[in-house]
Amino acid sequence: MTAAIELHETSRAFGSIVALDRVSLSIAPGEFFALLGPSGSGKTTCLRLIAGFDHPDQGRILLDGEDVTDVPPYERNVNTVFQDYALFPHMDVAENVAYGLRVRGVAGPERRKRAVEMLDLVRLADFADRRPNQLSGGQKQRVALARALINQPKVLLLDEPLGALDLKLREEMQAELKGLQQRLGITFVFVTHDQGEALSMADRVAVFSRGRIEQLDTPRGLYARPRTAFVASFVGSANVVTGALAERLTGNRAPFAIRPELIGIGQAGGAVPAGMLGTEGTLEDVLYHGASSRCHVRIDDANVLAVARAESAAATPLPPQGTRVQLTWRAGDAIALEAD
Amino acid sequence: MLRAASRFLHGRNAFYVSLLLLPPLLWLGTVYLGSLFTLLAQSFYAIDEFTARVVPELTLKTYRQLFTQPANVDIVVRTLLMAIAVTLACGVIAFPVANYMARYAGPKMKAFFYVGVMLPMWTSYLVKVYAWRLILAKDGIASWFVGTLGLTPVLDQALSLPVVGGPSLASSYLGMFVVFVYMWLPFMILPLAAALERVPASLLQASADLGARPGQTFRTVVLPLALPGLAAGSIFTFSLTLGDYIIPSIVGAPGYFIGMMVYQQQGTAGNLPLAAAFSVVPIVLIALYLTLARRLGAFDAL
Repeated sequence: MTAAIELHETSRAFGSIVALDRVSLSIAPGEFFALLGPSGSGKTTCLRLIAGFDHPDQGRILLDGEDVTDVPPYERNVNTVFQDYALFPHMDVAENVAYGLRVRGVAGPERRKRAVEMLDLVRLADFADRRPNQLSGGQKQRVALARALINQPKVLLLDEPLGALDLKLREEMQAELKGLQQRLGITFVFVTHDQGEALSMADRVAVFSRGRIEQLDTPRGLYARPRTAFVASFVGSANVVTGALAERLTGNRAPFAIRPELIGIGQAGGAVPAGMLGTEGTLEDVLYHGASSRCHVRIDDANVLAVARAESAAATPLPPQGTRVQLTWRAGDAIALEAD
Repeated sequence: MLRAASRFLHGRNAFYVSLLLLPPLLWLGTVYLGSLFTLLAQSFYAIDEFTARVVPELTLKTYRQLFTQPANVDIVVRTLLMAIAVTLACGVIAFPVANYMARYAGPKMKAFFYVGVMLPMWTSYLVKVYAWRLILAKDGIASWFVGTLGLTPVLDQALSLPVVGGPSLASSYLGMFVVFVYMWLPFMILPLAAALERVPASLLQASADLGARPGQTFRTVVLPLALPGLAAGSIFTFSLTLGDYIIPSIVGAPGYFIGMMVYQQQGTAGNLPLAAAFSVVPIVLIALYLTLARRLGAFDAL
């Protein structure tokens, strides 16, 4: 099967800053794919290259098996939902949605009909005559979605699509986007810096760091088997243990990661059971998060481990702050990391 | 004392706002609108044929004179056509410059362009007009330069055209047009660049993304969003050309313009009502122009 999108050794530098460094990537048709990374990691550059707003210094970009490296954006069968939505302020909602048909020469009444159908899909049919500045953030987002989908693209690109929305709306839109993608069956590629968003929506996630793909895996794979310290701490949260402490705990200096929710906390002085790893430290503080609490335990000058403790498991009360506690976890839960 | 005043003003918003607005409103009301209405009233006053005194006696005679005497109608039409031509030329020349400044220039280049556009305004207006007379003179720099390019026949052809031509650039409407365009170009570039700068780059990308070729993006996105800037700039170029009396009296063919007529009628000729009537013409024309611009949706994007 031909990949919907392929990047071959693609590089892009801005002056002395290398935004994308020989990145190769292959996205299958119908896949919901996330480009995840902190700002400046190259994920947005990657999306802009696929859309055609930017040209790679090196490498090729293929859409549906066809080399589009030198094809301008208006000739690519790809549409984008912009971070700021980029709705045309001088057109009403229906005109915005119909824009892709207008520039292709579709007649007025037909355009209008299909725009209203598209608006129906995003449940905004009643807003056809409004101006973009009369819409809320979530509504703008859905208009941008309808506008990008009207040309029936093979690939939909979404640039931080939920970044400007508040938390509750963001969760709603996550479900809505996921549902829409499954119904339409087209390839979605979205850029985000929010790992929660990437994990909950995507089929596969490419984690970007410093212009390279650090790891490409399914959300479960990323969370359960992060390969590097960067991925371990960027996707979910993790205690990364290196150097002397790693050596003391496991007998060698190889770095490993342990998720806070997999660490048990108990009275100091007990023996570490067989098959477990453990250490003692001072309970520094406890942050209450509702469903769970987060404890910070100082092991030595250089290391503080975070422990997440489900509030439902609060049968045994936490020892008071400032006392010595013992931390234990199953040896198998520690994730061996590649050295950076 | 100050603190007591602040405390008094705090929470009394209406009073505070009216305090702020009073001086400008007084200025606008009495000095500006007041004199404008006096002017308007003057244009309806009669003039005593023998003593040449203005008599405060309402009549439409002056306007009849303005619109029936062919010489006066010629002046209005000539000024209007020049203003339209200058406005169109300024728009066409300013657009690429403003677009470059707003979208493509780096910070240094942008500063250079802004200074470059405004620098000529630091020089005296009269000096520039006289300089242009020399530049456009029969054996001046302009004709020399055209000659170096081997385009002298083209220039001769242009100068031999009826109405706009003349013995030299400096004594033809063509030359006057060049000077007008030069003088008012900054007033078109600046508002246009400001308007274009407010158009986010993502809108142009969105347009291309949805399949619009660059020409289509220009027509359907850039131009409509730049219209308020074009309208603002054209109000400057249009009204400045309508009212100017220095350029037409120093450069160009001897035909009269509205501004010159106002200057002459209220000065040497002493016909204040006719001068007033002439100066009402640009006001009416600009009001018509603004109405038209609004009808065409120039301010919709504001």
